[in-house]
Amino acid sequence: MEREVLFRIRRFDGEHAYWQDFQFKARKGMTVLEGLYHIKESIDGSLSFRASCRMGVCGSCAVKVNGRPRLACETQIFDIGDTLEIEPLDNMSVLRDLVVDMDGFFRKHEAVKPYLIRGGDNYGNPKELMQTPKELHAYYDFSLCIKCGACYSVCPASATRSDYLGPAAMTAAYRFCADSRDEGKDERLRLVSGSEGVWRCHFNAECSEVCPKNIEPAKAVQKMKLMSAIRIIKSIFR
Amino acid sequence: MIMEVIKHDIVIIGAGLAGLRAAIASAEKSRDVSIAIIAKTYPIRCHSVCAEGGTAAVLREDEGDNFDLHAWDTIKGSDFLADQDAVEFFVREIPKEILRLDNWGCPWSRREDGKIAQRAFGGMSFNRTVFAADRTGFHEVHTLYERCLMYPNITRYDEYFVTNIFIEDNSIKGISAINLRNGEMTFFNAKAVILATGGAGRLYGFTTYSHQVTGDGLAIAYRAGVALKDMEFVQFHPTGLIPSGILMTEACRSEGGYLRNRDGERFMKRYAPEKMELAPRDVVSRAMWTEIIEGRGIDGPYGSYIALDLTHLGEEKINERLPLIREAARKFSGIDPVDEPIPVKPVAHYTMGGLHTNMFTETTVKGLYAAGEVSAVSIHGANRLGSNSTAECLVFGRVAGEKAVEYVQGKSFAEITKEERLAEEKRVFDEFLGRSGDENPYEIKKALNEVMDRYFWIFRNGDEMKEGIKRIQELKRKYENIEISDKSRGFNTQLIHAMEIGFMLDLAEVVAFGAYAREESRGAHYRLDYPKRDDERWLKHTLAHFTPKGPKLDYIPVTITKWQPVERKY
Repeated sequence: MEREVLFRIRRFDGEHAYWQDFQFKARKGMTVLEGLYHIKESIDGSLSFRASCRMGVCGSCAVKVNGRPRLACETQIFDIGDTLEIEPLDNMSVLRDLVVDMDGFFRKHEAVKPYLIRGGDNYGNPKELMQTPKELHAYYDFSLCIKCGACYSVCPASATRSDYLGPAAMTAAYRFCADSRDEGKDERLRLVSGSEGVWRCHFNAECSEVCPKNIEPAKAVQKMKLMSAIRIIKSIFR
Repeated sequence: MIMEVIKHDIVIIGAGLAGLRAAIASAEKSRDVSIAIIAKTYPIRCHSVCAEGGTAAVLREDEGDNFDLHAWDTIKGSDFLADQDAVEFFVREIPKEILRLDNWGCPWSRREDGKIAQRAFGGMSFNRTVFAADRTGFHEVHTLYERCLMYPNITRYDEYFVTNIFIEDNSIKGISAINLRNGEMTFFNAKAVILATGGAGRLYGFTTYSHQVTGDGLAIAYRAGVALKDMEFVQFHPTGLIPSGILMTEACRSEGGYLRNRDGERFMKRYAPEKMELAPRDVVSRAMWTEIIEGRGIDGPYGSYIALDLTHLGEEKINERLPLIREAARKFSGIDPVDEPIPVKPVAHYTMGGLHTNMFTETTVKGLYAAGEVSAVSIHGANRLGSNSTAECLVFGRVAGEKAVEYVQGKSFAEITKEERLAEEKRVFDEFLGRSGDENPYEIKKALNEVMDRYFWIFRNGDEMKEGIKRIQELKRKYENIEISDKSRGFNTQLIHAMEIGFMLDLAEVVAFGAYAREESRGAHYRLDYPKRDDERWLKHTLAHFTPKGPKLDYIPVTITKWQPVERKY
């Protein structure tokens, strides 16, 4: 089944931002990403967007479709309708067309020490660590973040405070704090307990609504708040 | 125009599993060397994240596994084209890599007792495939990327597209790359360079590969004089989702899934009575294609297909062990595998061949290393076993990283000259971006995909391949006349795509020449006109050398340590 659709794309050439319309025949099952490739390959080669895996794993292709951030690769055109307004993500500066600057987003992720902190492992002769399936499930869902930036782009706290770490970084912090193999919880909690950390979150939970992996960053932030509060109380009585 | 020149002791091209592992290995070996990772994407956008099923490693000798068994499975799987010294080294090294990833935070799936779990995999005679649900590559990449953040001597250059490497007196001295953000050419002087850019799977139209896997590193080094080895061996994975080609992991079958034809028959019993659905990929893909050709496929809107049936596994097991498969089948095919079989057919999946290296990842150019899918070390020979590729990236990524550190000790920089810099700028921006012509590069890519899907697919024969070679050469001529309509600099992805298509045309020619010349059937290379393996004439590696007129082939022996070739039955 084929049908005429309209892609209204927000473009930016480095100086000017403008809307451009593209009309073409889409077939049933065609994704927004396939639509973008069709435009680039057959209508206007200058359209810029990011894409890689086209299966919802690599996190490259998040864009706004009719106002809501989505992965272009796993969004079917007909599920949206006949007219699709496609824009770059918010809360990050636009480099060109649908391509936004994610350097800051990655730096914030890096700032929460998103790795196991452990002393005493032997690189040359590593040992197997024990972790039960139950211990694994305590953090596993939060390890599924693909760093697409969708949550960050809708976060009102990130919009008003550029130093706020944001939902993806908080999720990463929680994922490692909740890992039974980790020994760096105190260090990481110190990093996220400041004014740019968990207490800045307004708990609007838009982040959880738009996450394409259903990770619930808002839940991770709440759990981090709890961990952070316990740490503060403990430090008072220490 | 000011050309930026940057210096690092070691430059790693590619930020997938092999590249990230190499960076960590270098940083672990020396805190004093400066290491750069250059990639055309942001981190964690690499194709390695798409690896699903697992990573093979002998972890449980007390439960009956051993290194010789893993080595034998790999060598038999390779149809005896693997170098056996490299395989023996590889199987002994991979267990430590699994444990390092455990220490670094990889969420390995676990047994009830808390130990790392392992599952069955095609062609493996023991349940030795370690996994993280069906997102193994994803978790491995994220773990390594996050680990990389701990080392102050690793610097990342995200979204830099490499255009060339520079060699003087047969030693590497640097690379050039376009900084996508501003479109400027940047030069990196380096004492050692590690190529970790992956395979060439986008040569094919129906493929599991990410859009970005265009064989850049393979083609750049080939043009610079490094030979390509065994490129005619392309793996067709049995189960690509229809219509997109998205990978439905082999773990679907190792967790108990069946393949059925239109009669509901588990036809693998006629092809591999012992291993059934868990025979190696070349065997299963040929069986499926035979069923389709002989009219026993199931008719669908995109042609004939085979059913991958998981319905008897139950929702709980599918959610626990194959969550990504369920999600992908629902989103991309509208099918819930809990209720209905998944429509699949064989799909281009892996490049067994690659840059010719020895078992220490060294190429013939001093200081230039290759690790992961870009290399042919060679442990996969004519057919790779599932869950040996992520393993290869980890083991040989580490080797490359360590070798590079040893190599740069006491070396000084040999700089890319101003003349070379100007010449590269001129080549890319004036002569390539600036040219005018009337061919659309994307049309050429589409035509190339059709040629490869038709003439260099699962069943090949001489006459058809001859026609295929002619068509590839026609496309190469057309490519001389392309026009890049977007002349701008910042984030010009059309320029990048056009260069990638040039790389792919060179690589397609190498695949085609190697396949046409090899008059036998071995592993994934199957010829209807030569249906038998011929050890007397063809137990040897193909090497393709670049010449301006096309590839020149010669051959080198396979290293055999203790396993003589025997008939391969499953």
